[in-house]
Amino acid sequence: MKNSRKQDFFKGIRQGIPIALGYFSVSFGFGIMAVRSGISALAASVISITNVTSAGQAAGVGIIAAGGTLIELILVQITINLRYSLMALSLSQRLDPSFTPAHRLFAAYGITDEIFAVCAAQPVPLTPWYMYGVILISVAGWVAGTATGGAAGEILPASVSSAMGIVLYGMFIAIVVPPARRNRSILVVAVSAAALSTLFWYVFTSVSQGFAVIISSAAAAAAGAVLFPREEGEA
Amino acid sequence: MRLAVYIAAMALTTYLIRMIPFAFFRRRIRSRFVRSFLYYIPYAVLSAMTIPAIFYSTGSIVTAAAGTAAALILAYFGLPLIAVAAAAAAAVFIAGLFL
Repeated sequence: MKNSRKQDFFKGIRQGIPIALGYFSVSFGFGIMAVRSGISALAASVISITNVTSAGQAAGVGIIAAGGTLIELILVQITINLRYSLMALSLSQRLDPSFTPAHRLFAAYGITDEIFAVCAAQPVPLTPWYMYGVILISVAGWVAGTATGGAAGEILPASVSSAMGIVLYGMFIAIVVPPARRNRSILVVAVSAAALSTLFWYVFTSVSQGFAVIISSAAAAAAGAVLFPREEGEA
Repeated sequence: MRLAVYIAAMALTTYLIRMIPFAFFRRRIRSRFVRSFLYYIPYAVLSAMTIPAIFYSTGSIVTAAAGTAAALILAYFGLPLIAVAAAAAAAVFIAGLFL
C-alpha cells in the first residue's frame, strides 16, 4: 500500500514536469507584471501559491492595482475560474475509492486547466497521491517562476521569453490531437469549440475571454453529448 | 493589510469554486447526457482556450503559426507532451530568427 502511494506520487511528479516548465515561463511573466503594478515579488509569490490560476491572478492584480472593490474582485474570480467547477465535476467521476473526503479537500486546491488535462487523460482511476505529485511539481514551477520573474525582471532575452509563451498551448495540442485522431466525435467537439471561440475572439468581442471559453466549450460539449452520446462503461 | 485581505478573498473564492463540486459530489452520474457532456468537456475547454489564443502567444502571428504547425504535426504522430511543447517553442524561436 505504502509502495503504491509512492509510485503514484512519483508518477504524478514525472507527468507534471511539462506543466511545471510551462508554468515557470507563464508565471515568470505574471511576476514581472505584478511588480510593475506595484505589488512586491513576495506578495506576487503569495498570490501564486494561494491561487494557482493564471488568468484569475492577472485579473486580480489588475483590480488590486486599480483600487477596485472586493466584490468586483470576487465576481471576476468566479467568472474567470468557473470552468474549474466543470473540471472538478468531471474529475469527481473518475476518482479511486482511496480518495477520501479529506483527500478531496486537499487535492481540490490544485485543479487547474493543465493539471485537469493531465489527470483527465489518465486511463486509470485517479488516486490522491498521484494528484499530489502532479500538483506539487506544478505549483513549485508556478511559484518559482513568479518569484524569479518578480525579483529579477527580464532575465531572458525577448526572443527566448516570447518563444516560451507557446509552451502551454503546445501541451494542450498534444493532449487533444491524439484522441481526436482516433475518435471522430472528439474531433468534432474540439473543432466546434475552437470555431466558437474564434467567433467570440473576432466577432463578439464584448464577451470577456473567460466567458467566451465557458460558452464555447459548454456548447461544443453539449452538442457532442447530443450527437454522439457515450454508453455506460465506454472509456 | 488591504492587500492581504484582497489576496485572501481571491484565494478563498478560487478554492471554493474548485472544492465544492470536487468534495461534495459523491454519487455516480446516471444521465447519459451529463456523462457524455463531462466526457467531452476537457477536449472542448482545451480547444477553446488554445484557438485562437495560441496565435497571439508569442508576439508575432507568423512565429506562433510556425509553433502551432510544429505542435500539430508532432501531436498527430503521438509524441509525448513535453516533446510537442518543446518543439512548438523551438519552432517559434527558429522562425523568430528569420523575421
